[in-house]
Amino acid sequence: MKRHLRELQPFNKEAEDKHIREGHGLHPLDAYLKPGRIPHIWCPGCGLGVALTAYIEALHRKKFPVDQCSVVSGIGCTGRIAGYLDMDTYHTTHGRAIPFATGLALARPDLHITVFSGDGDLFAIGGNHMIHAARRNVNLKVICVNNFNYGMTGGQAGPTTPIDAKTSTTPMGNAEPGFNLPHLAHASGAIYVARWTTFHPRQLVHSISESFDRKGFTFIEVIAPCPIGYGRPNKLGDGLEEMRYYREMSEVRNGADPGTAEIRLRDKILVGKFVDKERPDFLENYNNLVIAKAQAGKKGRAA
Amino acid sequence: MKKVLMGDHAVSHAAMLSRVQVISAYPITPQTYVVEELAEACRDGRLKAKFVMVESEHSAMACIIGACAAGSRAFTATSSHGLALMHEMLHWASGARLPVVMANCNRALGPPWNILCDHSDSMSQRDTGWIQFYVESNQEALDTVIQAYRIAEKVLLPVMVNLDGFFLTHTAEVVDVPDQDQVDAYLPPFSLPYKLDVEDPHSFGAICLDDNFMALKHDMQAAMDLARDAALEADEAFAEIFGRKYGLLEPYRMDHADTVLVTNGTITGTAREVVDDLRRRGVSVGLLKVRMLRPFPFAPVRSLLGDRERIAVIDRSVSYGLAGGLACEIRSALYGHDHGRPRVFGYIAGLGGKDVVPSDIEEIVNRTLTYEQPPRDDIWIGAGT
Repeated sequence: MKRHLRELQPFNKEAEDKHIREGHGLHPLDAYLKPGRIPHIWCPGCGLGVALTAYIEALHRKKFPVDQCSVVSGIGCTGRIAGYLDMDTYHTTHGRAIPFATGLALARPDLHITVFSGDGDLFAIGGNHMIHAARRNVNLKVICVNNFNYGMTGGQAGPTTPIDAKTSTTPMGNAEPGFNLPHLAHASGAIYVARWTTFHPRQLVHSISESFDRKGFTFIEVIAPCPIGYGRPNKLGDGLEEMRYYREMSEVRNGADPGTAEIRLRDKILVGKFVDKERPDFLENYNNLVIAKAQAGKKGRAA
Repeated sequence: MKKVLMGDHAVSHAAMLSRVQVISAYPITPQTYVVEELAEACRDGRLKAKFVMVESEHSAMACIIGACAAGSRAFTATSSHGLALMHEMLHWASGARLPVVMANCNRALGPPWNILCDHSDSMSQRDTGWIQFYVESNQEALDTVIQAYRIAEKVLLPVMVNLDGFFLTHTAEVVDVPDQDQVDAYLPPFSLPYKLDVEDPHSFGAICLDDNFMALKHDMQAAMDLARDAALEADEAFAEIFGRKYGLLEPYRMDHADTVLVTNGTITGTAREVVDDLRRRGVSVGLLKVRMLRPFPFAPVRSLLGDRERIAVIDRSVSYGLAGGLACEIRSALYGHDHGRPRVFGYIAGLGGKDVVPSDIEEIVNRTLTYEQPPRDDIWIGAGT
């Protein structure tokens, strides 16, 4: 038997480490990123870099040390964000970022816990968790990057794919309407709901920082281009074209009824802060309603 | 007609040729091409089926269970964590005796995350009442899916066809795609004896406690016994029409072999080469491919392996705290019967996409011939220890 095996070069750890040390720290926000993980895996024109930078900017603005923050992500291109951040992060199974984060928020209420995940992860396979965490008002900051398809697996139709949009599993156009995410988050009980596109990085940074000041379940949708998975079959052009589309078609309307924020193919995109209200979060209710009563009962019995 | 097809597309062609009526799926690497091709086929009219992309694998399996209970031939495909998420529904398909067919593109389970091939996903589902096949080539993947419907519909149990992720799913090979007329002759239209039908009502999933739950489970086990014969019949009938035949097990150069390698999936192809090479060098080694894992083909395993001296089983998954699943099954088949006592060496290799190259298999044979007794029940190859 003839065998032609490629001669493998042994991995040179020293050279690799040196290369990483030299490259890391050139950017002022590198302190938030794991050395050696950049370049990232995202495609040219993808909006995830903007979303990640906005999150880091917000941390920077709030002067949060990384050891007081944690990011939990699910599966998909957005899920990769957890791996790039130099902090305690958890890259969970598909759809389960919110329940993992709920456990974390109950065990460590002192941390700023952000769930960073995509529309497919949070609203299809994980949709059940999303609505119940919002109803409970668990103290989680959810950032959902919506690119209208399953990007990582090759552009299949998902829960936000607009009706009539083409994807690799809807070659004739999608027969299902997509979710209006702010409307769903609001109806489920989120106390803070905003939507921006990657054309609005400043507003996005502002919203993320603002959400850190709210105690409870906050939801920020980031509309992002996916030129390979969604842009190409729907002839939206490359990433830059899609940014132009956001510039032309976005309409900022703070305080708008989230029920009017539905997104259709090649139609206008309503952006802004839609909901900002107060109600006791899960732990507050739990402490006041359950723990306080239990303790009162114990005292009563002792007397 | 001969075509160059990736394993995923070979499976989609098989589903089309089997005239499936409902397809429900959720995307997961390396399964995606299977359902993308089927979505295309529904669009361009090659397949008259209803296709729905649902919100999770759990829903995908639930959906094809519903479609099948209504009397439709239903299909899905998944992989790894998708299969794990389906676990509950796998029991519901087999317990309701619904002959659905699923292709599983074998991929490792996390954590840590891995998208590459091993068998930990399907090996974890051995007890769910599904018939399981492991295939070696894209041709075998296509043929086995078609055979699967014939077997499933005969014994009323679901069938899982496992093909190695990337090694088959994303690798193109020449595949002989059968003519639709021939497949129609082989696979008559689906007719379910018990289905949801307003003219003849039946109820599925009703409560059934200690009165006859156990009797129904015994029926499932009896159906598994019948599935071995049904699979042999399906294979014979397939050979008559298409000229290709696989068997439940495939012995390769086992004449007078004192030592036999036991493999499944794509490692078999590599092992064939190594066996040829070793035979040329005068080492008396043979190979047994296990194509059908459930129901386990006890009798042929005993007759083919009972009189050998040494058996080397290669597992692409581990039952943690025990050993490789296939090795355990081979051991259990050989114990307590009236034949010799081969020493069974269980090897763990190729987890998480780790290549199993000819030199690994040669090492496995060398170790098997060198050891007096197996040093452990699981011997790891390539773990860097």
